[in-house]
Amino acid sequence: MKKYTFNILLVAFAIGLLFATHFRMIDGYIQIVVMTIGINIMMSTSLNLVNGNMGEFTCGHAAFMCVGAYVSSILSVICFGTKFGDPLLPAASVVVVFPLILLIGGAVAAVSSLLISIPSFKTRDDYLAIISIAVNYMIISAIENMDFVGGSRGFQGMKDTVWAMVDLFDGPWMLFWVINFTIFTVWVIRRFISSTYGKGVNAICQDEVAAEIMSVNTNKIKIINFMVAAGLAGCAGGLYAHIVGYVNPQSFNILKSTEALVMVYLGGMGSLSGAIISAIIFTGLLEVLRSQAIVDGLLSPITFMFPDWEPSAGVIKWVMIPLMLVIVMQFRPEGIMGNRELGDVFPKLKKFYRFK
Amino acid sequence: MMVQTQKQTESTPVLEVRGLTQRFGGLTAVNDFNVKLMPGELSGLIGPNGAGKTTVFNLVSGFYQPTEGQIFVDGKPTAALKPHRVTALGVARTFQNIRLWNDMTVLDNIRVAQHYQLGYGFFHAIVRSKHYRTREEQVAKEAEELLDVFDLKRYAEEMPKNLPYGTQRKLEIARALSSHPKLLLLDEPAAGLNSADAKDLIRLIRWIHETFDVTIWMIEHHMDVMMELCTQIKVIDFGETIAEGSAEHVRNHPAVMSAYLGDENI
Repeated sequence: MKKYTFNILLVAFAIGLLFATHFRMIDGYIQIVVMTIGINIMMSTSLNLVNGNMGEFTCGHAAFMCVGAYVSSILSVICFGTKFGDPLLPAASVVVVFPLILLIGGAVAAVSSLLISIPSFKTRDDYLAIISIAVNYMIISAIENMDFVGGSRGFQGMKDTVWAMVDLFDGPWMLFWVINFTIFTVWVIRRFISSTYGKGVNAICQDEVAAEIMSVNTNKIKIINFMVAAGLAGCAGGLYAHIVGYVNPQSFNILKSTEALVMVYLGGMGSLSGAIISAIIFTGLLEVLRSQAIVDGLLSPITFMFPDWEPSAGVIKWVMIPLMLVIVMQFRPEGIMGNRELGDVFPKLKKFYRFK
Repeated sequence: MMVQTQKQTESTPVLEVRGLTQRFGGLTAVNDFNVKLMPGELSGLIGPNGAGKTTVFNLVSGFYQPTEGQIFVDGKPTAALKPHRVTALGVARTFQNIRLWNDMTVLDNIRVAQHYQLGYGFFHAIVRSKHYRTREEQVAKEAEELLDVFDLKRYAEEMPKNLPYGTQRKLEIARALSSHPKLLLLDEPAAGLNSADAKDLIRLIRWIHETFDVTIWMIEHHMDVMMELCTQIKVIDFGETIAEGSAEHVRNHPAVMSAYLGDENI
């Protein structure tokens, strides 16, 4: 029973959160922050699968989020929206169809990951990083030039699906889906990398030649690993699109990919719990630094010396966060958790949950 | 138990190489190399530095595709097969410089080497089906047994990088054996070992040869190791086969002496 303590606490926390939201104990802003944390956890853990566990270096992860966001948005508008004519499906089916739509978005994103995984057979490191940036730009530019999804003006109408759910039952639906998909993501990744099959990924990271010689089908494992990572990022994109209700190709540009990279390197390469912790810390920091009062307080020694300078929080945020990464890399280059999981750092936790 | 009991037909050689030639640009690394290894044989490949010994091993294990010639493992051609497919046919090897997965536990090192025979895929791993659990249990059990017979069990949860050099060599051989090979290629297993460790290694290789039903082919520079272990030795120099036969025959062969020690008239 003790082994399941963590799972029970997790479910209790999720239900508590949903109830608190439903009975308006949590305001909309906190809700958005919680949902962003969920999406960032999905992004960082899935990127960690490629950059941490497999040791490849890709920095175009937002491209897959973009594919997932657009595919699931379009499907959702076709099924329940009015933008492309009458809704295809009855509004009552939305609760069943919506997760399927997200999964299809993820599946298409997974297929699009072949654009990176096939070149990765022959190249590594810097070259693969360049290819991944190229793929990020390719996908954004392709969507910007598709008029039927609004091109660079963006695409909207997904909120119809969310409203259809609210019409059925007035509750925090998006929070519900975000919690479910976040848990699903971590569950899939943990099971994958802790199986002997998935440990082939680690073997590729540590010595690809030895892995191939010792009977690991490296090309297949690479494809699968990229597909899982991209597919989960695609699901994250679909959720993001339905939370915001509007997608624009430029919201998935290199800056978004960099955010995911920062979270992975902050948390520690190859550490699943590190990726989760850093996603929470990173999103929290982004929100804290949004406040002008806090930024003014932090910078008061400097503004005292230069009274003419009026830093704006929106700009300073992007000075502070990269600076934090520089500092972390200087003093703890392996990231918060290093290559370890929570259970390795605090062995007592192992009693309540198997982290590996 | 790890010991394989399958009866191989005496007629098919475990490894047959015909007219193997490998050119890198203008350089002919291996030229018209032929070998036939029968089941249960323990033979050697020697030659001065740069003679092409490791190239032969790289060709046999599928790491290079030969320019000319054919390789048959247990009667099956390995042309155009990726290295992991060749391993699945029954060829395992170790490396001159140890190539263990240093940040995975010793037990995981052994387990992952059985990757091709896991028999389950991604979805089984995710849903943890019954098939997955039984296979995973078998793999773990076999790995532990193998560590046990190699006397490495106390290191099971250690990282290989923290083990002494000689133990790493031993672990690499154990990892190669965990994929149930018919042919084991050892690339300079005694490199970097002192004479006491080398003696242990001789005992280890002889013990492997007796315990596991496996054909061993090894490259080695320590002549005493080769003389003691191998029934058949092949000598190559600049890619050409210059001598072959029993250890005694090879040792006194004039071509071998001149290859190793130089001609008198230089």
